[in-house]
Amino acid sequence: MKTELSSLVDESVTIIREVAAEFERPVMLFSGGKDSVVMLHLAVRAFAPARIPFPVMHIDTGHNFAEVIEFRDRCVAEMGVQLIVGSVQASIDAGRMADAVGPRASRNPLQTVTLLDSIKEHRFDAVFGGARRDEERARAKERVYSHRDSFGQWDPKNQRPELWGVYNSKHRPDEHFRIFPISNWTELDIWTFIGANNIDLPSIYYAHRRPVFHRDNMLMAVTDFLQPDSDETVSEEMVRFRTVGDATCTAAIESVATTVDDIIAETAVARITERGATRADDKVSEAGMEDRKRTGYF
Amino acid sequence: MERLRFATVGSVDDGKSTLIGRLLYDSKSIFEDQLEHIEAVSKRRGDDYVDLSLLTDGLRAEREQGITIDVAYRYFATPKRSFIIADCPGHIQYTRNMITGASNVDLAIVLVDARYGIVEQTRRHSLLVSLLGVPHLVICVNKMDLVDYDQDVFDNIREEFEAFASRLELQDVTFLPISALVGDNCVSRSANMGWFEGSTLLHHLENVYTASDENRIDTRFPVQFVIRPQRAEFPDYRGYAGCVAGGVIRVGDEVMVLPSGLTTTVTGIDSHSGPLTEAGPGQAITLLLADDLSITRGDMICRPHNRPRVSQELEAMMCWMDDASPLQLDKIYTIKHTTKNVRAKITSVLYRLDISHLHREAGVESLAMNEVGRVTLHSTSPLFYDDYHQNRTTGCFIVIDETTGQTAGAGMLLSPRS
Repeated sequence: MKTELSSLVDESVTIIREVAAEFERPVMLFSGGKDSVVMLHLAVRAFAPARIPFPVMHIDTGHNFAEVIEFRDRCVAEMGVQLIVGSVQASIDAGRMADAVGPRASRNPLQTVTLLDSIKEHRFDAVFGGARRDEERARAKERVYSHRDSFGQWDPKNQRPELWGVYNSKHRPDEHFRIFPISNWTELDIWTFIGANNIDLPSIYYAHRRPVFHRDNMLMAVTDFLQPDSDETVSEEMVRFRTVGDATCTAAIESVATTVDDIIAETAVARITERGATRADDKVSEAGMEDRKRTGYF
Repeated sequence: MERLRFATVGSVDDGKSTLIGRLLYDSKSIFEDQLEHIEAVSKRRGDDYVDLSLLTDGLRAEREQGITIDVAYRYFATPKRSFIIADCPGHIQYTRNMITGASNVDLAIVLVDARYGIVEQTRRHSLLVSLLGVPHLVICVNKMDLVDYDQDVFDNIREEFEAFASRLELQDVTFLPISALVGDNCVSRSANMGWFEGSTLLHHLENVYTASDENRIDTRFPVQFVIRPQRAEFPDYRGYAGCVAGGVIRVGDEVMVLPSGLTTTVTGIDSHSGPLTEAGPGQAITLLLADDLSITRGDMICRPHNRPRVSQELEAMMCWMDDASPLQLDKIYTIKHTTKNVRAKITSVLYRLDISHLHREAGVESLAMNEVGRVTLHSTSPLFYDDYHQNRTTGCFIVIDETTGQTAGAGMLLSPRS
């Protein structure tokens, strides 16, 4: 019996298998965020009872929430997959780029250098990402198989045609593809799947008390990597994270949702998109995401 | 209800973006930060009103030029059904992106400006939608408010379209008079067009029946991936993973494997949601078989008395999509068909289709970007295929230029004439 959600799962599983069949060295990006957790669970289902035939990779800014890193390591151990960590700190130490400085410094955009270096080092030719088209307007335009040239660049004005779910994996040796198997999932689909399958997530996705402060109309968590300015007051609030990324640019939202059902109820009536509510990096300019993607970002 | 995928097509200023904006807005699917964003951009540009096309024109170049270059996907849901919209570009030069958006939808909405009626782009897009075998078509005669909601205008456009469409293969066509700007017949019924007795657009989208669009008769299972766990717990597990391309496969069925022609029995069906007793079109499954046959990716599993065509001599309608090089006879291309890659030459162009007037032009030897024609091909090994009209999944293929890797053409296989 097909349902709205199961037909999305069918589509995603088919894409993941197709990539495993056609590419020589795929890798799946895995941050411990909810979208990548769902994607990894789909990969497990695509190949069961065999193991996932490719490693996972995390590009670690060094500024992540401790709960998420702990979850990441536990998750890959349970699933028996190999984890590769591309370290932004190591790239900085090796002189590949300068660290972000200044009062609003974030290492989020620096991930691109480490990502492209890691792809080259391991000779990956297909890189799965958990991006969804409903997240952001540049992502709404992207193909499932998204071609990257030898500089890792995306050319949004000249994307390859992509018809019927017949995917073209041909590329030159120094080029690669980004693969987005959950392109057609919405935030609500993700949570519905998590709820229906009892999928474990980092604890910070559920409402909890933590010290936060207001900055640019967003609620930022106090961490080792992000401290309030002298005019910003810290208070302890009941919050959860709708997205999880670098701690310097991921905001929390006020929430009392402590279960998946609570979150589904909140998501169904949300009046602000998840990135709009929580991502400082998208607010840089009208085309912030497109500009980062052009140069090789996720 | 199944999720509905639909495309919006039509000429540039027929109001596609306004219609999508209306559907999203009235179904409360526009978020506050998105609305604030487009309001701010519109204001900065000095527009008189909020430009709803900014909701879907997400690329820098699109905003600069004020046109849609590539397909944008948008998502919304009502209590009855979830929808995926593929908002397709209207310009001729981006036809390949329009085809990308319309290739796998259940329904296409063709917008027509009530003031201008059927224009060339209406005919082009209707033809492409018909070639792609989109099962349901809705002709929205938009901007009815600008023609005083005149029933004669609507009736004339409808008659003109029907005369043109009689030469196309369209199965289910619905006509609706609407005004996307004002909202007539989009989500709620129009008080201005009492003469119209049909349903609103949203009501139609919520209720259009798509379950019978799939081919549930002819069993087709292209083998995608062989699953053989290297784990002590599963010493003898050998499963054939793939997506059902047609028919219904049940445990206990006798099946035949192509190209070997050997037969065996289905002993189990595994899926992402556990074991199944049967599986139909679109389902991603793993088949377990009684006998240990040699089966690899690219093989086709079917029923012994219902097999696909098997041939190296092929005929197809071809849409050419490569801007760098036109179709060349006798050049070697790679064809990707289901899970199989073969090399092939295009041996002749039987005719090129004049998309606007549906004339067949004989005597041509090539197709340029965005041109459509009927061709013959010769492949290095046989394809296991069906006529595209019987089965879109086993009837379609893409042509890949081996030197550039570009997706150069899209083909729809046909039963050979003669």
